[in-house]
Amino acid sequence: MANRVKRILEAWPKLLLLAALLASLGFWLASGRINPYFMDILIKIGINVILAVSLNLINGYTGQFSLGHAGFMAVGAYAAAAVTMFPGPKILAMAPASLLAPATAVFFLAALLAGGLAAALAGLLVGAPSLRLKGDYLAIMTLGFGEIIRVIFRNIDSLGGALGLNGIPAYTNIFWVLAAAAVCIYAVLTLVHSTYGRGFLAVRDDEVAAEAMGLNTTRYKIIAFVVGAFFAGVAGGLYGHYTLSIDPKGFDFMRSIEIVVMVILGGMGNTAGVIAAAILLTLLPEFLRSFDQYRMIIYSLLLIILMLTRPQGLFAWKRTAKPAAQP
Amino acid sequence: MIVFLQQLINGLSVGAVYALIALGYTMVYGILRFINFAHSDVFMVGAFCGFYFGRWETGHSLAGGLLVMVMAMAVCALLGIIIERLAYRPLRGSSNLAVLITAIGVSLFLENAGQLVFGADPKPFPPLIPERNFTSPAGLTISSNQLLVFAVTGVLLIALQWIVMRTKIGTAMRAVAFNHQAAALMGINVDLIVSFTFGLGSALAAAGGILYGLNYPSIDPYMGVLPGLKAFVAAVLGGIGNIPGAALGGLLLGLIETFVKGSRLSTYSDAIAFAVLILILLFRPAGLLGKFQVEKV
Repeated sequence: MANRVKRILEAWPKLLLLAALLASLGFWLASGRINPYFMDILIKIGINVILAVSLNLINGYTGQFSLGHAGFMAVGAYAAAAVTMFPGPKILAMAPASLLAPATAVFFLAALLAGGLAAALAGLLVGAPSLRLKGDYLAIMTLGFGEIIRVIFRNIDSLGGALGLNGIPAYTNIFWVLAAAAVCIYAVLTLVHSTYGRGFLAVRDDEVAAEAMGLNTTRYKIIAFVVGAFFAGVAGGLYGHYTLSIDPKGFDFMRSIEIVVMVILGGMGNTAGVIAAAILLTLLPEFLRSFDQYRMIIYSLLLIILMLTRPQGLFAWKRTAKPAAQP
Repeated sequence: MIVFLQQLINGLSVGAVYALIALGYTMVYGILRFINFAHSDVFMVGAFCGFYFGRWETGHSLAGGLLVMVMAMAVCALLGIIIERLAYRPLRGSSNLAVLITAIGVSLFLENAGQLVFGADPKPFPPLIPERNFTSPAGLTISSNQLLVFAVTGVLLIALQWIVMRTKIGTAMRAVAFNHQAAALMGINVDLIVSFTFGLGSALAAAGGILYGLNYPSIDPYMGVLPGLKAFVAAVLGGIGNIPGAALGGLLLGLIETFVKGSRLSTYSDAIAFAVLILILLFRPAGLLGKFQVEKV
C-alpha cells in the first residue's frame, strides 16, 4: 500500500506539489490557533528553505560557486516592495470593497513575480559575464556583484537610500511562504531530474566532457543562475513584506554566507539535506538565544567542527563514490 | 595640482595598508590555493594588539611605537599558525569548499570572540608615535603617521622579497607553491613551510592593522571585513600568488579608491573596488603581473 502511494507520488510530482499547497493553505487557516512565536520561526524557516534550495541549484547541482545570493534577494525585495508601495495603493483602490482581499492576494502574487523577474534579470546580468570564470574566482566575482548591488541600493534615494525602505505592507503570511517554498522545491527538483536537467549535473561533474558531448554548458550555467536568482528574488519579496522594512545592510556578504553554509552543510546537490540544514540553521540561533552573548561564537565553532568532522555535508547520506582518477 | 598630489599621497598610504593585507592572501593562495577568509580578522586582532600594547607605551616615541608593532606582529603570527594548525591542516586534501567554509567559520569566530573580549563599541586608537604634520611651501601636507606607513610598508616589502627570494626557507616556500608533492620528495617539510607562510602573512596583517588604526579614528571587531575584501581584490588585481603583484595591486586600489572618494561619485567608493575586480577578471583573469595558464584536460 505504502509502496503504491510512493510510486504514484513519484509518477506525478504535481500531486505532491498540490498536496503541499493544500497543506500550506491549511496552515494558514489554522494560523490563528498556533503560537505566534512558532509561526514567526516557521516563516523564517520557509524563507531560508527557498533561499537554500535555489542556491543549491547553482552551487550544488550545477557546480558553480555563487557568493552573491543575498544580492539577488535584495533585488527581489526592493522590486517587490516598490511594486506594492508605489503603484499598489492606487491599483487596490480600484478594486471593489467586497473583493479587496482576493485582489490584494492576486496583486501580492504579481509583486512577488515582479521581484523574482527583476532578480532573474540581475542573475542574467551576473551570470553571462561570470561564466568565463571558475571556482574561487567565480565566487569572488559573485561576491563583488552582491556588494555592488548593495551599494547601488544605498544610493537610490527614492528607495530609501542607506536608511532603507520602511512601511512595506504586511502581505506575507504562512500560506505564501510555504506555497513559495513548495513551488521552489518542485521547480528545482523537476528541473534537475528532467532529461534536459541532467545537463546541470553533467556540467558539475565534468565541464570539459559535457562540452565534448555537445552540451551547451554556458546555457546551462546561465539557466541555473537565472532560475536560482528568480527564487531568491521571490524569497526577498516575502522577506520584505514580512519584516516590513528593508535596508541594504540586511543583504550583505554575511547573509550570502549564511545561505551558502546551509547548502554546504546539507550536502551539495542534495535537496532533502539542504532543506534539513536550512531548518536546523534557522532553529540553531533560537535554541542558543538563552546564551545570547555566546550565540554567534557557538554557531561559528559548530560550523568549524562540523566541517572538520563531516566535510561532505551533514546530511549526505546517499553518496555514490567517485571513481578514482586515472594517473 | 596640489590637490592631485595630496590625493596621491593619501591614496598611496591607504594602498600601502591594502598591500600589507593582500600579501597574506596572496602567499596563502599561492601555497594552498584557497582564500583565507579569516585573514581580515587577523588584521583586526593586530589592530587590537596595537591598542592594548599601546596603552603601556605612554611615551609616544618612535622606538616605542615600533616595539608595539613588533609585539603585535609576533602575537598575530602565532595566531595565524594556531589557526592553520587547528582549522585548516586537518582538511588538507579535502574539497576546496570545505576549507573555504571552515575559513568563514574561523572568521566569524574571531569577529564574535573579538566582540566579546574587546567590546562591540568602536575604540579610539592611541597615538603610538609623536604626531606632526609636515607642510611644504606649496601647501602639500604629509603627516608623521603617513610617513610611518610608507616607511614600514617599504621595509616590510623589501624584507619579504628578501626572505622569499634569497633565503633557504623562501626557496622552500616557492617550491611548495610550485608543487607540494615534488617539494616533499625533495625533503622539504611541507607542514613547516605552510605554518611559516601563515605566520609571515599574519604578521604583515598585524602591521597593516596598526597602520590602519593610526590613520583612521577608531577600531572595532568588524573593522577587518571591508579592508579584507578590498585587499583580496588587490591580490587578484596584481595576480594572485604573485608577491610584487599584491603590493602593486594594493597601491593601485588605494589610489583608485581615494580619487573616486574625492570625486562626485564618492558614495560609490565601496563599490569601486569590486567594479575593478570584475573588470580585471573579465579582461585579464590572471591579474596584472600574473602568468596566464592554459587549462590542461
